Amino acid sequence: MTSERGRRALWILIPAAAVLFLVSLVVGRYGVRPIEALRALFGSADASDVLRALILRVRLPRTIAAACVGANLAVSGAVLQGLFRNPLIDGRVLGVSSGAAFGAALALSLAGGAAAVQGLSFAFALGAVGLVAWIGWRFGAAPLVLVVGGIAVSALFEALVGLVKYVADPLSQLPAITYWLLGGLGASRWETLLPLAAITVLGLVFFTLFSWRLNLLTLSDAEAASLGVHVRPLRIVVIGVATVLIAASVSVSGMIGWIGLVVPHVARAWVGAAHERLVPMAAVLGAATLIGLDTIARTALPSEIPLGILTGLIGIPAFLLLFLRLVRSRGAER
Amino acid sequence: MRLTAVGVSYAYVPGEEVLRDVSLSLADGEVVFVLGSNGSGKTTLLHCLSGMHQPTSGTVTVDDRPLVQLTPRERARRIGVVPQLHEPAFAFTVAEAVLMGRAPHLGLFARPGRDDRAIVDRALAAVGILALRGRAYTEISGGEQQLVLVARGLAQGARCLLMDEPAAHLDPRHRHEILGTARGLAADGHSFVVTSHQPDNAFLYADSVLLLVDGRAQGYGTPGEALTEESLRAAYGMEFEILRGESGARAVVPRIRPASSD
Repeated sequence: MTSERGRRALWILIPAAAVLFLVSLVVGRYGVRPIEALRALFGSADASDVLRALILRVRLPRTIAAACVGANLAVSGAVLQGLFRNPLIDGRVLGVSSGAAFGAALALSLAGGAAAVQGLSFAFALGAVGLVAWIGWRFGAAPLVLVVGGIAVSALFEALVGLVKYVADPLSQLPAITYWLLGGLGASRWETLLPLAAITVLGLVFFTLFSWRLNLLTLSDAEAASLGVHVRPLRIVVIGVATVLIAASVSVSGMIGWIGLVVPHVARAWVGAAHERLVPMAAVLGAATLIGLDTIARTALPSEIPLGILTGLIGIPAFLLLFLRLVRSRGAER
Repeated sequence: MRLTAVGVSYAYVPGEEVLRDVSLSLADGEVVFVLGSNGSGKTTLLHCLSGMHQPTSGTVTVDDRPLVQLTPRERARRIGVVPQLHEPAFAFTVAEAVLMGRAPHLGLFARPGRDDRAIVDRALAAVGILALRGRAYTEISGGEQQLVLVARGLAQGARCLLMDEPAAHLDPRHRHEILGTARGLAADGHSFVVTSHQPDNAFLYADSVLLLVDGRAQGYGTPGEALTEESLRAAYGMEFEILRGESGARAVVPRIRPASSD
């Protein structure tokens, strides 16, 4: 019954996401009617070269980047929430975001180019989680230890970001750092997209293949052990893959919060807790959400709205509604 | 299948044994109750039998094979654990929760198939809750959750199920539902080790009883042999009398003056 509902939800959502993808390609600030953009996209001869270049070199990579980032953040959030048996967790709790922020800030303060920003923020995001995992492993990889370690490491890297901002050149570097931290996909090009897209495909294939086992990781260690499942190495592997997905994403997009927290809840409410359906649902829903938000970010106002601000403005009310619903339903049980 | 513990001791901290030289043997079709006061070692014994703890001395064997020589998956196909109730974080359906019992039969990237789902349905039917299969595990009653966990053990293919205080927090009817179900499954060849705080239930449902006092076996035998007024006094540190009802059931009543004397 539930699995049928899950399949139907996906059949509704996948075409919707595809339509959204197309819409995102044909709308924008460059003054052209959507129908002409469509014609240009599908290679009609009378379309101008400028328009084709705009769509293929700017909008297409940006929209694909939005889809990848949205899918990665949502799937990683869903998986981490299950793994920590805590519905209020996302990638930030492991220090991924603050590690990435420090890497990017460092690269920008050293006047590095786009590749340096992406590379350093990816590296420091992995490093931050590596530190958390090392702390966790020393204390038995218990979820609580990992969360406490994650909060500590996050605080550490936030302090380091503050330090970099403090010493950065206030006229050139500081605005660049601040702007990066607000998040956005404006800098997406094919070169930055390729590593992200490759990691996204590999990560999502892994989580899809592994999705049934993810259910077992929501059990306590003792309970999983009684089912013959040794959770410690699995937990580290899953955290590792989720981390790479988030790090690859935020190193391209900057800080985009809330997607990883809110989208999994909506997906779970739609198709249930079983990861076989939750993972694909979160992927499609996350991709569609971020394509939609990014389209708004670059078209709603004459100048671009930073994506991190937009996701926050929409994400926080969604989160509050969700939280109140959760509290209310918990209250009803007692 | 025969599950045997011989001279099992266990210490969480070296030198401080919480279980001392305990022996137990369980054949197909048998229900053993483990009784004893809080902290007497009941749950520790269960952990030793499930393989979660390795005894500091003594051995646990399954059909004459030492438990430590079985892989975790082999173990899980023979011995199932029904843990104490806890609130799960996510609302898996009853069928999905029982399906997790197929883990020791499935490879790392495998997903359960039609056969596994059929096994789940048979397990749910065996404990009488097939009608609940699509319901959320978080929304059913405590007694029903306990039955789901038993069904999960059956889906594992486990002949022997270890139940940690399955009757705690349940009203008399639901208590009978779970323990009566265990009796019924025992008649089909399963075996059960059940920890409990209720000697009355041991008289009703057990073939044999192990009474633990400070980690030692104070009595081991049929309920009538193991549970006497003397052994109960030693176990719980208070006086009891054992009464026999019209149905033949025995009840353990503390020798204290009741609050009301009407």
